[in-house]
Amino acid sequence: MDAVQALVANIQGLSSAGDISHLHVVLKQAPDSLYAESTRLLPVLDQLDPSKHSLGYLYILEACTSGSISKEQGSALVLPIATFINSCDTEQIRLAPDKFLSVCKRFKDQVMVLEEPLRGVAPMLTAIRKIQTSSEHLTSLHPEFLLLCLLSKCYKAGLSILGDDIFEVDQPRDLFLYCYYGGMICIGQKRFQKALELLHNVVTAPMTVINAIAVEAYKKYILASLIHHGQFSTSLPKYTSSVAQRNLKNFCQPYIELANSYSTGKIEELETCVQKYKEKFENDNNLGLVKQVISSMYKRNIQRLTQTYLTLSLQDIANSVQLNSAKEAEMHVLQMIQDGEIFATINQKDGMVRFLEDPEQYKTCQMIEHIDSSIQRIMALSRKLTAMDENISSDALFLGKVGRERQRFDFDDFDTVPQKFNI
Amino acid sequence: MEGDDETSGPMIDDEIYANGVGGDDEKRSRPIISSEQLDVEAYASLYSGRTKIMRLIFIANKSKSNQAMELEALRMAYDEIKKGENTQLFRDVVQMIGGRLGPDYAMDLAWCEMVDRRADQKKEKLENELNAYRTNLIKESIRMGYNDFGDFYYAHGQLGDAFKNYVRTRDYCTTAKHIVHMCMSSILVSIEMSQFAHVSSYVSKAEQSPEALDPVTVAKLRCAAGLAHLEAKKYKLAARKFLETGHELGNHYNEVIAPQDVATYGGLCALASFDRMELKNKVIDNLNFRNFLELVPEVRELINDFYSSHYASCLDYLGNLKANLLLDIHLHDHLETLYGQIRHKALIQYTHPFVSVDLHMMASAFKTDVSGLEKELEALITDNQVQARIDSHNKILYARHADQRNATFQRVLQTGDEFDRDVKSMLLRVNLIKHEYNLKGSRKS
Repeated sequence: MDAVQALVANIQGLSSAGDISHLHVVLKQAPDSLYAESTRLLPVLDQLDPSKHSLGYLYILEACTSGSISKEQGSALVLPIATFINSCDTEQIRLAPDKFLSVCKRFKDQVMVLEEPLRGVAPMLTAIRKIQTSSEHLTSLHPEFLLLCLLSKCYKAGLSILGDDIFEVDQPRDLFLYCYYGGMICIGQKRFQKALELLHNVVTAPMTVINAIAVEAYKKYILASLIHHGQFSTSLPKYTSSVAQRNLKNFCQPYIELANSYSTGKIEELETCVQKYKEKFENDNNLGLVKQVISSMYKRNIQRLTQTYLTLSLQDIANSVQLNSAKEAEMHVLQMIQDGEIFATINQKDGMVRFLEDPEQYKTCQMIEHIDSSIQRIMALSRKLTAMDENISSDALFLGKVGRERQRFDFDDFDTVPQKFNI
Repeated sequence: MEGDDETSGPMIDDEIYANGVGGDDEKRSRPIISSEQLDVEAYASLYSGRTKIMRLIFIANKSKSNQAMELEALRMAYDEIKKGENTQLFRDVVQMIGGRLGPDYAMDLAWCEMVDRRADQKKEKLENELNAYRTNLIKESIRMGYNDFGDFYYAHGQLGDAFKNYVRTRDYCTTAKHIVHMCMSSILVSIEMSQFAHVSSYVSKAEQSPEALDPVTVAKLRCAAGLAHLEAKKYKLAARKFLETGHELGNHYNEVIAPQDVATYGGLCALASFDRMELKNKVIDNLNFRNFLELVPEVRELINDFYSSHYASCLDYLGNLKANLLLDIHLHDHLETLYGQIRHKALIQYTHPFVSVDLHMMASAFKTDVSGLEKELEALITDNQVQARIDSHNKILYARHADQRNATFQRVLQTGDEFDRDVKSMLLRVNLIKHEYNLKGSRKS
């Protein structure tokens, strides 16, 4: 206990003196004694101020949570950790990122044990913002946070970090989970484009062995693609790892068949296929999405009609997309007009629908602004690409590898200097 | 817009009718020749050799519902086989007749036995000869020996063996002429076997011959290539080959194809696959092909009708020809596709010049009802073959002119988004790969 008291004194002294790095050295030597005392450490925390003595607080907190904890102890810990995350000092905790991550993970585990994921959402978001070095950096807290969002159905909170473009990744597994959970959140919010993007990243990510996350992501990717694009191409882009190209389809046979029956454009075939594999879809927890696929088929068929007809009676619409009644067709058309998926007017008097062209003329100020912002975005991206290219071409490892490969060829093949300069 | 319609109404009507149904009254009153039943005897007289028998048997198989025609075809096949030496085919045909033609057309076992015996003797003789040639190593004689064997097997209906022997002569060919001969024999057997992949390869081999080929052979090769393309469903290429066939062909290739067939196959394939320009230049103004077309006036008429937009009469001709064309051994499989394509072409051409088309008039020009027409047009519009939209309420088809400006804007924005997305995920992948690389590197060190 004395050792702990001494340490607390040390923390208080050095933190207020501003000699954080020295404190860090001291703390690094302390853990063994801390771990031994882990059960009795909790009251000690009251003596420290989480915003001023963040580093010390973090070490002690980490020691508290490291051993196995009972449920009561856990619930007692949730509150101090949440306060700590909210008030801790960014600079100090970044000195010991590992400790911080592990505390946050324990925090998430505890929230899950208590079955109150909602309590974890806000602190985790704060934690991510504090620990990440830039918004392009994927920490291992990202997937944990998204999981909490999913479980507590706080999809909006999840979207706030999905908006960031991720380029830097610590652990591939984090990325897989991040994209998979992110995809699910976006699907929940009906933002299929973004969801497809994320799931696509999982499926095409480099991998040496097939993994369950990729398989599940591929299933959802197929369904989301059917809902959003109305089609699905089974061929993966050529940069996909060969393992994925070879194996993914075998694991998702029912889904591939679903996509095939969708492409026939016939609602009955789709429904027989769904019935056939209903159990499978249900086990995968994808039945809801599959149902969305079916309803998207109606929409797709109505959309196709807008390409061919100027006017069409509701009855004809019902017939050609195999809806039961004109009333039902009217509801579908109405819904689609509301969602901006088609442009049409319904004349209820004689039951006719008049399809219009897209009224967007690309003349408004908003449109110009939108185009301008797109151009800016792409220019920024392009700069990034160039920087990246330069970065790689001056990378020692890369050059070493390329140099080794070059020797296999004739030296003359790489003589890039034009002949006339060789005089 | 509607005011305009009213004032110029009658005139437009006239024009539309002229485009579709008008102006062919005197033509329609004339009987269309081939609407009557196929004259089997006249048809068979166009061909010789094995294809004659096969075509007759094909007709018999296809016209089961019409017993008179079936028996007529079988009777002629029987007579024709009796002239040859193919006993297997003879037995098949006798079985198909099943005694329905009286005692004259029953099983003739004595004949079979005699032919078979003679065949055995001949085979033995040929074998001995060939062995002798081979010990003497006289190239030309060995070639002749194999060639005789090929002929022998061909006459007896063993096509596979015949093909093998013809191909074997290749090693002993000394002049370009021999090679061409070998190719022609192989092509003949391959066509009979329906091995059209072989046909095209031997056609190209023969065409590569260093010596100039005589026009008849060239024409034969064109026909064979045309048939091969037809069977491969490459109708445009088939049409080109048939159109290039020289009129020297005459009746020289009766064992495969009659000049009438060249006209029919070529004409239909051309209609189905050529655009107006090509149709005019390569078919109607083609002096050479006109010789063939003269042999089948119906096809000539229907091509002209199609070109001058008398679709109703054109479709009439097609409808009348259909029953007989279905009896054609090569064309029957492709007829539905070709007819479908020709009809689509006609529909597309009909709508092309107009801003708006009254569906009632169009339906009468195509001899169909409005709802059927609507379905057909819907399919074409979905396929993006007709740029128009249907006003189902007023039954009018309006041409749709894509707004270039809007489409460009839309495409630009879309492309931008795609680029954005692709580059981002690429950068991410690059980092992942780099990460793995670093991992490996650090593990190594």
